[in-house]
Amino acid sequence: MTTFNITDSDFETKVIQKKTPVLVDFWASWCGPCKMAEPVLEELSGEYNDKVGIAKLDVDANPNTATKFGVMSIPTTILFKEGKELGRQVGFAGKQAFEDLIKKGVI
Amino acid sequence: MKETFAKKPQQGESWDVIIIGSGPAALTSAIYTTRGAASTLIIGGEVWGGQLMLTTTVDNFPGFPQGILGPKLMGEMRAQAERFGAEFLGENATDVDFSKKPFEVIAAGKVYLGKSIIIATGAETKWLDVPGLKKLIGRGVSSCAPCDAAFFKDKKVVVVGGGDSAMEEAVTLTKYATEVTIIHRRDEFRASAAMQQKVKENPKIKILWNTEVTEVIGEQKLEKLKLKSNYDNSTSEFPVDGLFVAIGHVPSTQIFGGKIELDEKGYVKRFWDEKIGGYKTATNVQGVFVSGDVHDYQYKQAVTAAGFGCMAAMDAIKYLGELKD
Repeated sequence: MTTFNITDSDFETKVIQKKTPVLVDFWASWCGPCKMAEPVLEELSGEYNDKVGIAKLDVDANPNTATKFGVMSIPTTILFKEGKELGRQVGFAGKQAFEDLIKKGVI
Repeated sequence: MKETFAKKPQQGESWDVIIIGSGPAALTSAIYTTRGAASTLIIGGEVWGGQLMLTTTVDNFPGFPQGILGPKLMGEMRAQAERFGAEFLGENATDVDFSKKPFEVIAAGKVYLGKSIIIATGAETKWLDVPGLKKLIGRGVSSCAPCDAAFFKDKKVVVVGGGDSAMEEAVTLTKYATEVTIIHRRDEFRASAAMQQKVKENPKIKILWNTEVTEVIGEQKLEKLKLKSNYDNSTSEFPVDGLFVAIGHVPSTQIFGGKIELDEKGYVKRFWDEKIGGYKTATNVQGVFVSGDVHDYQYKQAVTAAGFGCMAAMDAIKYLGELKD
């Protein structure tokens, strides 16, 4: 599986209503650390395949969702499962930090 | 197009040089070691590129009259190092053993062998050590204005610090915030004249001199700061949406404790001795060299880090030559 883009309007159907956990990456084109995180998230989406969805939300184009979840620093990645936040990672801290977060939702 | 002058070591063989780090010092070292025909492994860390990855336009790196974006500059440096055959490992070095020859560096559970080492792990953001700050990082507290400024559109923000990076953060923030206040514990900045002028000319920036932040307050997000005046020790509260911390850096030397000599602040110490080769970037362990902000608490510029990187590389190459004799 690869990462997929989500927006304010389909956040509900593509994240909140999903049975499988979804890791949402809040990012923007002008953010250096977001660019570093990109290939790592791509790699993880391959490794975890159908166990976890990895979604990308551009905060410039979709400010409502970012505001709703109090995202004030990017990259922020939040793990959702059945509509609930299980944890978040602020800043890019490497692959291991993402894996630790994913493991909160994948048994 | 790769132009490689050294053969990559086979399984079980040593690299000529292992560079730990991936900022301007590390990558400049790699450009020089590879072009000096030394096989070079960069253990660059999962989060690579150093402090410039957290900046916008860099206006003081020579060769770019219009300025260059920090992350772009680092990408170019990395490409230049890789062009000459440097191998880049995007893993964190977790341990070192400098008591053995060849030296050992552990990353992601694997042991890498090096005939020489260049330490260029740089420095990382120093956070204010005040109650309440840690839990609000990413919820109003930040150390990266270029990353987070846009979240503070039409809001009030504070920058703490008095150096160039504090000035740059403040100016970046004025593009979005309605009001930017720089809080500084002294009555003058140590920033360059050019940066100070930018700040003082900007009508959106206010300065609170002789003031310290003593507490950061907020539940779901940052709400206010507790301040103390250094004039009369009076305290006050300051409602604010964002707090950007730019009070300096601490050297990234956790993995080197007990392995090489560090000074009381944790910076790697240099041991320059005319009698043992005159290596200006030598540490107390022969064959282990140091460059950049991990040892330099004085200049701390991208271009000085690059300069130190070049020096360490030339020292390492000279050392490798002496090993063969």
